[in-house]
Amino acid sequence: MLGLEKKDIRILLIVAVLTLFAPFILNPFPAGSGWAQFNAGYPDLMQRFVIFGIFAIGFNILFGLTGYLSFGHAAFLGIGSYSAVWMFKLLSMNVLPAIALAVITSGLFALLIGYISLRRSGIYFSILTLAFAQMTYALAYSVLTPITGGETGLQLALDDPRVLDGASTGSNIPVPGIFGLEMRSNSQLEMGDWVFNLSTGYYFSGIIMLLAFYLSIRIFRSPFGMMLRAIKSNQQRLNYTGLNARPYTLAAFMISGMYAGLAGGLMAAMDPLAGAERMFWTASGEVVLMTILGGAGTLIGPVLGAGLIKYMENILSKINSDILHTWFAFLPDGLEDFVVSMVYPFIGKGWHLTLGLMFMAVVIFLPGGLVEAGQRISRIFKRKKTDETSKKSTTTEPAE
Amino acid sequence: MSKSNLTRRGLLKTSAVAGAGVALPTIFTASSAAAYTNEPTGSTVTLGFNVPQSGPYADEGADELRAYELAVEHLNGEGDGGMMGTFSSKALQGNGILGKKVEFVTGDTQTKSDAARASAKSMIEKDGAVMITGGSSSGVAVAVQALCQEAGIIFMSGLTHSNDTTGKDKRANGFRHFFNSYMSGAALAPVLEKMYGSDRKAYHLTADYNWGYTTEEAIKSSTEAMGWETVNTVKTPLTQTDFSSYIAPVLQSGADVLVLNHYGGNMVNSLTNAVQFGLRDKEVNGKNFEIVVPLYSRLMAKGAGANVKGIFGSTNWHWSLTDEGSKAFVKSFGTKYGFPPSQAAHTCYVQTMLYADAVQRAGSFAPCAVAEALEGFEFDGLGNGPTLYRAEDHQCFKDVLVVKGKENPTSEFDLLEIVEVTPAEQVTYAPDHPQFAGGALGNCNNGA
Repeated sequence: MLGLEKKDIRILLIVAVLTLFAPFILNPFPAGSGWAQFNAGYPDLMQRFVIFGIFAIGFNILFGLTGYLSFGHAAFLGIGSYSAVWMFKLLSMNVLPAIALAVITSGLFALLIGYISLRRSGIYFSILTLAFAQMTYALAYSVLTPITGGETGLQLALDDPRVLDGASTGSNIPVPGIFGLEMRSNSQLEMGDWVFNLSTGYYFSGIIMLLAFYLSIRIFRSPFGMMLRAIKSNQQRLNYTGLNARPYTLAAFMISGMYAGLAGGLMAAMDPLAGAERMFWTASGEVVLMTILGGAGTLIGPVLGAGLIKYMENILSKINSDILHTWFAFLPDGLEDFVVSMVYPFIGKGWHLTLGLMFMAVVIFLPGGLVEAGQRISRIFKRKKTDETSKKSTTTEPAE
Repeated sequence: MSKSNLTRRGLLKTSAVAGAGVALPTIFTASSAAAYTNEPTGSTVTLGFNVPQSGPYADEGADELRAYELAVEHLNGEGDGGMMGTFSSKALQGNGILGKKVEFVTGDTQTKSDAARASAKSMIEKDGAVMITGGSSSGVAVAVQALCQEAGIIFMSGLTHSNDTTGKDKRANGFRHFFNSYMSGAALAPVLEKMYGSDRKAYHLTADYNWGYTTEEAIKSSTEAMGWETVNTVKTPLTQTDFSSYIAPVLQSGADVLVLNHYGGNMVNSLTNAVQFGLRDKEVNGKNFEIVVPLYSRLMAKGAGANVKGIFGSTNWHWSLTDEGSKAFVKSFGTKYGFPPSQAAHTCYVQTMLYADAVQRAGSFAPCAVAEALEGFEFDGLGNGPTLYRAEDHQCFKDVLVVKGKENPTSEFDLLEIVEVTPAEQVTYAPDHPQFAGGALGNCNNGA
């Protein structure tokens, strides 16, 4: 089906089902209960999950397959956002042209930056991409203020031309939508104590993520993907066989830049503002973390990593010391303060610390990331089942 | 093969169910029941305090948060009531807002537009905040203000000094109590003329971002109007920490005044560099070389230490003011935290009070009703003298303080002395003033 093997279909289906039911899966606690703060099923965060999922999937095509570690991928995210917002300002509030332009411009920038950076490999390549990303950030922040809005970010205004939409009728700025369906519209489904958010923007991004995911499976399984893997395993040998690796790496770089542009365009479609911070080097570092945490070179890993990091950033960081005190209120006073002071550095503002420790643990004990953790667990179960016919367990391959 | 058939059927089934769920008429959903976004229906109301808890302005964010917690206490009738006793409007009863107990959620803006918007969004979508306030930078204020306009939430900005917040980027749902670059220029110019004369040559170092541009423009036009000449304006990167290379050319330029359009850590570093270069001991064109810092804050003065002595600047509010409102606020803040509040804390406290009072007077949390109550509202007793919330651009007009670094500070908080209180008329401008041109307020948005 769809030109995929059975195993890949299964992964695609898992991702599709997760995406479809995310509003329910992410809201396991009734609203109003003390646990409700762990609910992640509100539109903004769900949109972030899938958008950063796309970003990480794209990054994985470059890093996971060719092994080229780009440290400047956030530049394409930012370029995508700026192009999309300009499209909203000039052409129409429909998200399709905006996303199309975001993908095209980021692709062009990726072609240019890749053409120069890919002359080197390894650490030199990483530094070059980092330099380019910081350059675009600095340009967007100050020199190009008329185009990018500088520190304030690029915003929509009432008197934007919006050629296709005609003159704006109301006195409020229109919101992005797709043929009249507003991205921000959201219907809440109440079932007893539970409230579920079914957001248009989320499902729109979700569908695009599924398409992006499908495309990435096809790339992984194609001869082109095989060639990229060959570059990762031994580029020198490839050169000796008379093959020029540059066009392949450049194509991979461009594709992954376009994925980042797509994610940037979607971010602007969900929230029509583009800020320069999106291109800062920490944003580039974040996608590297996502990919490695989830499992570089695996299909589903980057999506999991993106979800995990965004969850921690938005949920764990919100827990302040007052909330902690209510959690541990059952303990005697002195002990309560002690426990809170021990736990506090790791959550709230200190969530980066927890992330760092987790990242270290994953890299040291699970080099394959979360995907490897999943495989180990499933292998334990499989071994129990098929202990006699142990032939099969030896052929377990990484779920690439 | 049978396995894959099952999953496909399962998928079809589940997607059909989910599709039906998505297509449910809105009559079954909660959003249609509310008259406006996050209408508080229970016995409590949630406010969102979105302040920088990390990044370059974390100190100010922490002080803002202290002020918010104090304001919530006072609104709920705890503590000594602070400025509620001196506020000219007596609508607030000390029983919450409209009888609903005030609760709050906090978020970290990280002084980044993106992070601030994400944090504000989660407050609106997840925690049901009916008003967002806070922030310590104009970029963030403008970004969050636009978001609140779209979402149908009132935004009461914290510390934001750029003209654009109530200029080209103004929004109907956004309100600013803090003063702005234009007011700094208008208040500073007469004092500078009195102190330094009208025949001066100024050299500007400007932080290379939005707030820097508007401040430079404001100071330049007010000082040029009184006869000063602007020799040169140089932009410095925001991330710059060593300004030596920018200070050296100042002396060769023939300028005799250096204007530092810097804020926070930038200002601390550039001023320290300038003093280390001995600029203040120099004599140019037969006059003493002087340095001016348009926007002062106590936290910055603390960072720059002894270097601020005798340097002029402007500020929104200072704890040494002796009117009843300021005294009451300093007292209750000092009792709770043990030190006097900063101007950021003051403006945030006042914004919360003004919002609560407007809701109380309007009798509704609906953003349009609140906006109507705030527009053209005249009040007193909140520390800045008689103040007007102008309807045309949602900017407060009130007295501006011109301050000077104190020569003999008595404590680590007593670093600035008030030179002059510039009356509100002198800093008032027309809504369509060129420095504020472009942009439109639009209509208030109730959301939902």
